[in-house]
Amino acid sequence: MYSYNEFDKDFVQNRVHQFRAQVERRVDGSLTEDEFKPLRLMNGLYLQLHAYMLRVAIPYGTLNSAKMHQLAYIADTWDKGYGHFTTRQNIQYNWPKLSDVPDMLQALADVDMHSIQTSGNCIRNVTADHFAGAAADEVEDPRPTAELLRQWSTDHPEFAFLGRKFKFAVTGSENDRAVIKAHDVGLRVLQNDAGEIGYEVLIGGGLGRTPMIGKVLREFLPREDLLPYCEAIMQVYNSLGRRDNKYKARIKITVHENGIEKIRDLVEERFIIQRAAFGGYDQVLFADIKQAFAAPDYDHINIDGYEASLKSDPVFRSFVDTNVAQHKNPEYAIVSISLKKHGDTPGDASSDQMRVMADLAEKYAHDELRISHEQNVILPHVHKSHIPTVYAELRKVGLATANIGLISDIIACPGMDYCALATARSIPIAQQIATRFEELKLEHDIGQLKIKISGCINACGHHHVGHIGILGLDRAGVENYQITLGGDGTENATIGERAGPGFSYDEIIPAIERLIYAYLDLREAAVETFLETYRRLGAAPFKAALYPETRIAAE
Amino acid sequence: MARAFTPKVLTANRLIEGDVVYYGNNGDWVLSHDDALFLDDETQANELLTKAHKQADLLVGAYLADAILKGGKPVPTHFREEFRTRGPSNYEHGKQAEV
Repeated sequence: MYSYNEFDKDFVQNRVHQFRAQVERRVDGSLTEDEFKPLRLMNGLYLQLHAYMLRVAIPYGTLNSAKMHQLAYIADTWDKGYGHFTTRQNIQYNWPKLSDVPDMLQALADVDMHSIQTSGNCIRNVTADHFAGAAADEVEDPRPTAELLRQWSTDHPEFAFLGRKFKFAVTGSENDRAVIKAHDVGLRVLQNDAGEIGYEVLIGGGLGRTPMIGKVLREFLPREDLLPYCEAIMQVYNSLGRRDNKYKARIKITVHENGIEKIRDLVEERFIIQRAAFGGYDQVLFADIKQAFAAPDYDHINIDGYEASLKSDPVFRSFVDTNVAQHKNPEYAIVSISLKKHGDTPGDASSDQMRVMADLAEKYAHDELRISHEQNVILPHVHKSHIPTVYAELRKVGLATANIGLISDIIACPGMDYCALATARSIPIAQQIATRFEELKLEHDIGQLKIKISGCINACGHHHVGHIGILGLDRAGVENYQITLGGDGTENATIGERAGPGFSYDEIIPAIERLIYAYLDLREAAVETFLETYRRLGAAPFKAALYPETRIAAE
Repeated sequence: MARAFTPKVLTANRLIEGDVVYYGNNGDWVLSHDDALFLDDETQANELLTKAHKQADLLVGAYLADAILKGGKPVPTHFREEFRTRGPSNYEHGKQAEV
């Protein structure tokens, strides 16, 4: 993986010194809160409901064992012994003291990490496919591209004060695991008919108050044009994007109001100028970056033990069925570690769990870990012979839950248990759904199903692209949950359709249960997923299950 | 027309710790909502809020939150404020675990 050079190290270290001085000036009264707030936000420090929250960037979700160990150390030393992995592949600490944050930033800088640009109206942490570098269906590892974008966008003076936040996502596969169509800019690495590598460029995707699926701006952008083209996009957005209304300031609205053709013309026009300004050094840099992401030296080991375990241990087999994905090297596999143990908080990992994952990565996964936007941790390169050992070690610390892609593998934003913006709780809804379907022993029968829960309209929990989406709102001083159906965050991205009136906190779990029983009755065969059944039949039978009283009235 | 005043408690987050505090019966900032001063006089509430805004070395984001009196103690009327008295509900590890 990429290691900081002297420039990166100096930059991050200087920011730590700056922030330490800024905190001192806030505490001694030289800075007011109004003056201090933008400074702390530039360093990822929010004030939430019950405490401060520090959001730490994990660029394109990639960590090594040393970084994961340090995250555990930070959790133990300055927080409550855990961290929360987010839908943007970041980690959040929920309980830091203001006076400790400079030390936390120093601890991060010591392992080439930081929390810069994890907040504010700037280009945020660049996300990528969590199977990057390992996926069997990959044209190319998207992380060198993501790293190039990170370097270009970090502290870019022209884009430090945009109209609104701006998010890039990159995938290297046809199968989109990075939700690129719900990002301000989505990039897909692809190969053209001439065998050249380039990018499909999408813009104007986003969730939030006005969900939009990204539109294709360029079908094929040659590799060497990436930065000038992105710079042109940013310039067009920066000058054309609205600043009069926070909710209309994202590029999705700029694209919607002006039309993709006009935006394309403006970007292409600007691109000619920007391309002339790039002297080709970015491609020299890219070549260096690419080397840092070279594939590991794969091992050749006999896999008879793995095959025998699959046959003899049904519990292990169940884990492999759900949590292990195909690797580009047939001797290897990608192991997903679920942070969704039934009843636990989605995305939370204790410091002990972080250390176990770090040690397993070091011993059995070529020292690599990934954080997924689905709030799980991935060991991307595990030789099949090691999977039984990895599984046994994960089991000891409650990390072997075999539920990846199933009903309990729920994305949930922090919601009103932590977040100052939330209008309702998310986490307890996720906990109760997971626990309920575990009790019913229906999870594996239900099969692939993505439930995503947001605790406010900002949609950090991606509810719009959940097969079942749940949005928590405040309706006249009471928590109320709206259901959307048929959303999809993949290459076939679709915004879910609102099912009807919302449900109270006490009604939402029974409503989900009715929905699932309806699906089990309606599906043609066990292999037909919830989403497939929904697409075949439409919303009507599901709405009838959600609102039986309406059906009776209609009859 | 201005909305009729409803009773309040004065609340904020502490500057260093970030945790929730209330202006207490004893004139100090306290952790428990039970010990918050119940403010049914609008003038007094606004005066205390102005004073709190000046305590920038101690507090962040002071505001008045609706409350009613129940069994002689102030109780929040909105669920957001109720959560702020306790901490996260996913498992007990916030303020309620300490107070």
